[in-house]
Amino acid sequence: MAQFEEVGPSKPVVESIRVDKVSPRARVFRNLRALTVLVVALIGLIPIFVMVVTAFKTRSDVVASPPKVLFTPTLEGFVYLLTERALLPQARLEEAQANAENLGLFERIALESGQEITATSDYVNRLKNSLIVAGVSTFASVVLGLFAAYAFSRFDMAGKDDLLFFILSTRMLPAVVVTIPLFLMYRQLGLHDTYLGMILLYTVFNLSFSVWLLKGFIDEIPREYEEAALVDGYTRLQAFFKIVLPQAVTGIAATTVFCLIFAWNEYAFALMLTSDQARTAPPSIATMLGRGGIEWSAIAAGSLGFLIPVVIITFALRNYLLRGVTFGAIRQ
Amino acid sequence: MATIHLQQVEKKFGDFFAVKPMDLTIADGEFVSLLGPSGCGKTTTLRMISGLETVSGGTISLDDRNVTWRHPSDRNIAFVFQFYALYPHMNARQNIAFPLQAEGMDKADIEKRVEEVVKLLRIESLLTTRPNKLSGGDKQRIALARALVRRPAAFLMDEPLGALDAEFRETMRAEIKSLHLSIHATTVYVTHDQVEAMAMSDRIVVMSAAEVQQVGTPAEVYYDPANLFVARFIGSPGMNLIAGQYAGGKIQLPGGEGYLTPEGARTPLGAALNGEGAVFLGFRPEAAEINPNGAFTGNVYATDMHGAYTMLHINLNENEIVHIRGDRAVAFPIGTQVRFDLKADMVRFFHPKTEKAIWQEARP
Repeated sequence: MAQFEEVGPSKPVVESIRVDKVSPRARVFRNLRALTVLVVALIGLIPIFVMVVTAFKTRSDVVASPPKVLFTPTLEGFVYLLTERALLPQARLEEAQANAENLGLFERIALESGQEITATSDYVNRLKNSLIVAGVSTFASVVLGLFAAYAFSRFDMAGKDDLLFFILSTRMLPAVVVTIPLFLMYRQLGLHDTYLGMILLYTVFNLSFSVWLLKGFIDEIPREYEEAALVDGYTRLQAFFKIVLPQAVTGIAATTVFCLIFAWNEYAFALMLTSDQARTAPPSIATMLGRGGIEWSAIAAGSLGFLIPVVIITFALRNYLLRGVTFGAIRQ
Repeated sequence: MATIHLQQVEKKFGDFFAVKPMDLTIADGEFVSLLGPSGCGKTTTLRMISGLETVSGGTISLDDRNVTWRHPSDRNIAFVFQFYALYPHMNARQNIAFPLQAEGMDKADIEKRVEEVVKLLRIESLLTTRPNKLSGGDKQRIALARALVRRPAAFLMDEPLGALDAEFRETMRAEIKSLHLSIHATTVYVTHDQVEAMAMSDRIVVMSAAEVQQVGTPAEVYYDPANLFVARFIGSPGMNLIAGQYAGGKIQLPGGEGYLTPEGARTPLGAALNGEGAVFLGFRPEAAEINPNGAFTGNVYATDMHGAYTMLHINLNENEIVHIRGDRAVAFPIGTQVRFDLKADMVRFFHPKTEKAIWQEARP
């Protein structure tokens, strides 16, 4: 502290001594905070870790008790996940084993348990369905939500608050309550088990969310920017694309991630309203539980494959997301 | 450049008037300020001229072209905002070029025009910077450049200096003024700062409660306020106003001796008051002359040193405080009795009912 008195306000300071203001105690506290975050993150990651590890375990390793930490990784789970197999009769088994050199990786793995691959499973198709349904519905709800949010934010309209509440109210019913009526409606309309049906449904559900979230972001963008563009000679639509859109990027990214995660993870509707053509991944992974014995490694592998696309997108947009959830990021 | 003509322009929200019907003609190359307290409708008026706000009635013409219902982009006007409204995702040069791109001008011409205004405003060094890295004054310079680059028919400025700190405001005020003098653009300038309005304008439109109170040159609104509002609002402090009773050329002030009105004022006073009645006597602080035989007597209540002069707060009878200018070299201890007179040509009278000025016949 004595240093401060020596320097005084009027004397020039060659080097700032303010670093000293961070007391050792504060530094310890700062590290402590980082440590806490780390511990919480690790606890959160345990299920993911177990899933990843399980996906590479053999059948016997999966059910071993106590759980094996060190094991020989195998792709057995992935083979079970991605293929349909049949047991080989003894005669053909020997023939196949003799010929093992010429078989592919998956076939060899199947052969180890005396099976041959008869067809690819429908998992890849389900994943593709998920990608289409979640992707298109997210895109639709963000685009529609953006325009709706802009209108709600900038224009006076009759019953604006009621409309906003009405939009939000579509979120208030739990899925279980609406699935039966929806199921009946979809049967009548021929939307059952179609991409269009699922995309429509997820778009509607996400729209309430995206309108509300994006309205918050657009409210934060001062009107003056558009007004400046208007007097600068642009139409409102041009002003929207040239001025509002670039500044709403954070909000759009955050909304996209939230909508995508909802549509990607949705289970109840997908279970009821799809059977084959448009069935998405979540219900199909769950139904693996029922087929014959429980193939834990296959389920873990399926979950892992299901997790990857969302992780990639969330990771790609993480910067926007961080700024997005802390709102008020766009201030001049 | 253009003349702007407002005819019975009004703005209503339901039954509430944001701007009562107003007429105003702004001549080509004129610098007109809309001055008034917040919420008086001055910004709404400006926004109606720009087209950012629709009108509820009346017509707006630019150079005899009726633009009342034209889109803002179609009016050929430029707007300068209080908080600059520079597009944050573009650098200064892109901001300045943005209005020209709307016109579909080719790149070389845009470049040339941008160069021109950049030179005029001396902002060469700022061009590659994003707005969030610029100081308030520089932001406003870029905003001015963006407005200038289009060579619009008129400039509308909404408190462009309001967000700057005091020191910078003076600099920018001078810059805007000299810019106006060099390009002679028709300018409508909204401000709540009377010093700014006085210093910059050719004419001032004083507004209050959604209504135009007075339109006049800075000298007119200062020396000859049209009503009590303008008298109180313009000047700091505003005009001293003392209520009295007029009869036979004399105004009887409460508790004091009578004030003999200047001869030229008697006919209009008599006419306005039907011979006699209550009246407000008004005078600016500098209209008072300290004089041991003066007609007004009071005690010094407080003194403020203003550098060139001392502002004396004088307690007249019945706790009526008036402000007069005193010599900076003379000490006026609190409580001393002061007598003063008024310069005859600087005394004004107001009707207490209509609140309007009663004009002297022989005004300076």
